Amino acid sequence: MKVRIKSHWPPGHIRTPAYLRGKIGQIERRIGLFNNPEETAYRQTGPQRELVRVRFRMADIWGARAERGEDVIEAEIYAHWLEPV
Amino acid sequence: MTEFFGKRWHDMGGDPAGPITPEEHDFALWEKRVDALMVLTSAAGLMTTDSLRRVLEDMGADAYETMTYYERWIASIAQNMVEAGAVTTEELGAKMAEVRARGATYGAAS
Amino acid sequence: MPHDHHDHEHDHSHDGLSPSGHPYRADNDTDLSYWQAMEIALRELLIEKGHLTAAQIHAQINAMDSRSPANGARVVARAWVDPEFKAALLADAGAASRAMGFDIGPMHLIALENTKEVHNVVVCTLCSCYPRNLLGLPPDWYKSRAYRSRTVIEPRKVLSEFGLELPEQMQVRVHDSTADMRYIVLPAQPEASLGLTEEELAAWVTRDSMIGVGLPQAPQ
Repeated sequence: MKVRIKSHWPPGHIRTPAYLRGKIGQIERRIGLFNNPEETAYRQTGPQRELVRVRFRMADIWGARAERGEDVIEAEIYAHWLEPV
Repeated sequence: MTEFFGKRWHDMGGDPAGPITPEEHDFALWEKRVDALMVLTSAAGLMTTDSLRRVLEDMGADAYETMTYYERWIASIAQNMVEAGAVTTEELGAKMAEVRARGATYGAAS
Repeated sequence: MPHDHHDHEHDHSHDGLSPSGHPYRADNDTDLSYWQAMEIALRELLIEKGHLTAAQIHAQINAMDSRSPANGARVVARAWVDPEFKAALLADAGAASRAMGFDIGPMHLIALENTKEVHNVVVCTLCSCYPRNLLGLPPDWYKSRAYRSRTVIEPRKVLSEFGLELPEQMQVRVHDSTADMRYIVLPAQPEASLGLTEEELAAWVTRDSMIGVGLPQAPQ
């Protein structure tokens, strides 16, 4: 399933790398529920959030700078950072 | 096109950088103790991996360039313990002075 | 012929040794730094206040000391000789490692299989996440700015700096360890090692091959 990473830029402890924000990838696997580091970094505990592995083509992240467009990056992204494409 | 509107210093993926120097070192006893403190205080619910990292990030890029890995970790753990109410800055100040008075080397001060 | 055996072999030139003839313990004889004083003070305060015990700290240090690439190497070697174990490892690497008897604590582990078509490499761009509960503490270079910055944008150049050249037709997969999972690369078994026993094979599996910046190689 195709997803886009939100191009949000909040302050604080964020585990969505900047180089992936706004990029489109494919869900590689769903991992389950985990504590939200954006909250636990500040001793807040809300409901657990779904964590998803997303696969990105290098070409879709770096464009012409990619060494090889069909190489990929896979990263764990919290579901609240994903939007439908 | 994405603008890096508020990218933080530690968020390094894709940044230009020089050659990778294959550095490694055997960990000193004090470093292993710092590592153990992180694991144990987290298990005790006094901090989390996330709060460790948040404090490291808030230290800024200068700390990353000038302090060693475990120097930054002990600084972060200490801040976390103060935030948790497990120790006070006053207690730390007094204890550190007491430690220093024991001797000039790590072994003597232990 | 009976050998005159001493408990300690003394280097009588005392080169680099204390007057008693024993090596200096480098850590303990360095000048006390501000951060080392903080470590001693914080540890003692936490023990005094009952949050931790000295025994717990000692046990945790021993537990981490017992974790090293040799553990990961045994997991990989078993996967090479035992197809059922390999399948279990790829399905749930944490469970498979625990089944071998390794205490990896609460770590969530994913094994990434290298094949003729795919080469995997692991990085943590945001900090230094590493499967430490299986492989031990990460090397300094893994935590460096250069590795963290460059591996996601020019992995092939990074790998060639480690001495690993990959054919163009292989796909490189870079895994950015951003959250709760930790990763170990399951390298492909080298042809030259086919037929060796599991124990012999473990010596072929390097730490760098389990990070993905190298390949397994015959022991030196």
